Amino acid sequence: MAKIKLAEKKLQELRDVCKLFNYEKGELINVLHKAQGIFGYLPAEVQEVIAKELNVSVAHVYGVVTFYSFFTMQPKGQNPVSICLGTACYVRGSEKVLEEFKRQLNIQVGETTPDGRFSLSCLRCVGACGLAPVVLVGEKVYGRVAPDGVADIIAEYRT
Amino acid sequence: MKMVKLIIDGKTAEVPENTTLLKAAKTVGIDIPTLCYFELKDMNIENRPGGCRICVVEVKGRRNLAPACNTMVAEGMEVYTHNIRVLNARRTVLELILSDHPAECLTCAKSGSCELQSMAQQLGVRELPYQGEQSKYRKDTSPAIIRDVDKCIMCRRCEMMCNDVQTVGALSAVNRGFMAVVAPAFEMNLEKSPCTYCGQCVSVCPTGALTEVDHSRNVINALADPAKTVVVQTAPAVRAALGEEFGLEPGTLVTGKMVAALRRLGFDYVFDTDFAADLTIMEEGTELLNRLTRYLKGDKDVKLPILTSCCPGWVNFFEHNFPEMRDIPSTAKSPQQMFGPIAKEYFGKKLGIDRKNMIVVSIMPCLAKKYECQRDEFKVDGDPDVNFSLSTRELAHLIKASNIDFNSLPEEEFDNPLGESTGASVIFGTTGGVIEAACRTAYELYTGKKLEKVDFKELRGLENVRHATIDFDGLPINIGIAHGLGNARKLLEDIRDGKSHFHAIEIMACPGGCIGGGGQPYHHGDSQVIKQRASALYREDAGKPIRKSHENPFIIELYKAFLGKPCGEKSHHLLHTHYFDKSAGVFVEE
Repeated sequence: MAKIKLAEKKLQELRDVCKLFNYEKGELINVLHKAQGIFGYLPAEVQEVIAKELNVSVAHVYGVVTFYSFFTMQPKGQNPVSICLGTACYVRGSEKVLEEFKRQLNIQVGETTPDGRFSLSCLRCVGACGLAPVVLVGEKVYGRVAPDGVADIIAEYRT
Repeated sequence: MKMVKLIIDGKTAEVPENTTLLKAAKTVGIDIPTLCYFELKDMNIENRPGGCRICVVEVKGRRNLAPACNTMVAEGMEVYTHNIRVLNARRTVLELILSDHPAECLTCAKSGSCELQSMAQQLGVRELPYQGEQSKYRKDTSPAIIRDVDKCIMCRRCEMMCNDVQTVGALSAVNRGFMAVVAPAFEMNLEKSPCTYCGQCVSVCPTGALTEVDHSRNVINALADPAKTVVVQTAPAVRAALGEEFGLEPGTLVTGKMVAALRRLGFDYVFDTDFAADLTIMEEGTELLNRLTRYLKGDKDVKLPILTSCCPGWVNFFEHNFPEMRDIPSTAKSPQQMFGPIAKEYFGKKLGIDRKNMIVVSIMPCLAKKYECQRDEFKVDGDPDVNFSLSTRELAHLIKASNIDFNSLPEEEFDNPLGESTGASVIFGTTGGVIEAACRTAYELYTGKKLEKVDFKELRGLENVRHATIDFDGLPINIGIAHGLGNARKLLEDIRDGKSHFHAIEIMACPGGCIGGGGQPYHHGDSQVIKQRASALYREDAGKPIRKSHENPFIIELYKAFLGKPCGEKSHHLLHTHYFDKSAGVFVEE
């Protein structure tokens, strides 16, 4: 694992969060939640800082991070792709769309492309069931996506 | 205390409220089987995650079976521990655990001492009905401990020891479901974690998931090499526990038989780490007196308390967790590491043996000793002062594999000069022993008077943190003692916060001291075993003609002929060390 340098400003934000929660060991999940909001993900370095601030072992922090699927140690891509697997999208074939994204980007759910441009995740219902199956790239919503439309979506962000 | 009456298997039990069904059943002679549950009585050590479900029982009126280790008694409860429903469920639980366990009993290092294996025998499992996917994880070998988590049953005992008792925090359960394993942070190897190699995880692991790195083969090879002179040293705690491996009662002293066995194994010289423990007292005691004298004279540069440094798990602990305080512990090497240079640079040279042709083996109750003897600062041109460190368990295996009928061996004496020792050194193996030994010598050196009563009973016992004031002829010396690293942490935090009023503190990493070390025969949670080992050491001490380290004639001779004086120039070179800051970059590489 190569060492990454955390931005001092964000680090300070993280320390403030720990302080806000009174350095309580029991607030670990809340602190992690906020930390993921600050950094976008939870790299080892962030976990080490949190462990130190809350006076718990790094192994324990890592144990919690790996237990909850919400937490991720993968940085999100510049263009986070989310595929809705809610009931409506699912019955209209969103799983096939997901498979196509996986194939074309050559990554699994929860991963980021090596160039850092795309990351892939799933979500449950964005409240646009009339447009099923729905794909989100960042904030932008794509409706009625079929597997053969995936290439076009990706191409939009390649340039 | 409110008492509660309940019926277990038709027998009436009356126990205090907040008693578990498991313990209530014991009071009426019912032994419910357990697997993940673990307890060391009188030491505040208990693990009851209620995870394995082997101990399930039926409670009348409850829909589901209840884990006995984790269910509290209630008035009028009716409990069945072996009806057909319970027996079937218990067997299924075990069969499911076994379905994700490698069937490697023939070659597993833990075979014979494995609690999962004995559970399968106890419940009479004769086939494995569930065949499915098995967890696969890489093996992790560190300088002292091997992790083979494919054999892990997620009992969480190691996690409890590492975090709650030792406060080391090297291990945690990570991931979830089928993928869950107990691992260091970021699933790095143990070597990159803050692990101290205290080995307490190994001593409580019910299966072969955590075992020691076995160096027996290296020792066998050295013994077979005619060009090598092979010297062995045995730690004090070994003689009080080795007999257990041969069916003797815990607390049986087997010093003489152990010496005889080592001679039959082919060691050229059978020496005693106790000799080096006497030497440690000379060096550490002198250092204590030097610091104390300067402190009393008002020297502001001198740091008190002085902390003992004979325990390598403890040394690793403060290097990782309190590096800013690493000038407080004594600089004296541990007895194991004092023995090495004395054997190679003094004894070997006297006999004309080049150090490269001398192999020093240590028999230790400890796994951290394996790491300690591999440290770079304890090598000369790549040649370690102590070549291999074997645990008490490894020695027992070696004796069995060499066709030696241990129990019929005669009692033999250690070789001289490095085999002579005093009662003071024998008690190094139990919590409180090092500081008692130090007091015996420091008292006489400081006051110039003869110590009439050598037994400092106030320093003995098994309470987690103890303190006592010893009267040095009008000067009160405040002494602190901690065993178990979690207890040590408390004393250290007090020192850091300026709240400590001790002059000297003894710390041993393992509960009970070395007698409860990670390399000792498995006690399976029976704290009586640890107590009996301690009393064995005190018995051996009481029976020794000489009981103060500075009266050991061979120690006196060693200073006269070779070392000069304690804490002198030669001592500093050979018998003292320095410590490192290991707090940074534990997990993440630059």
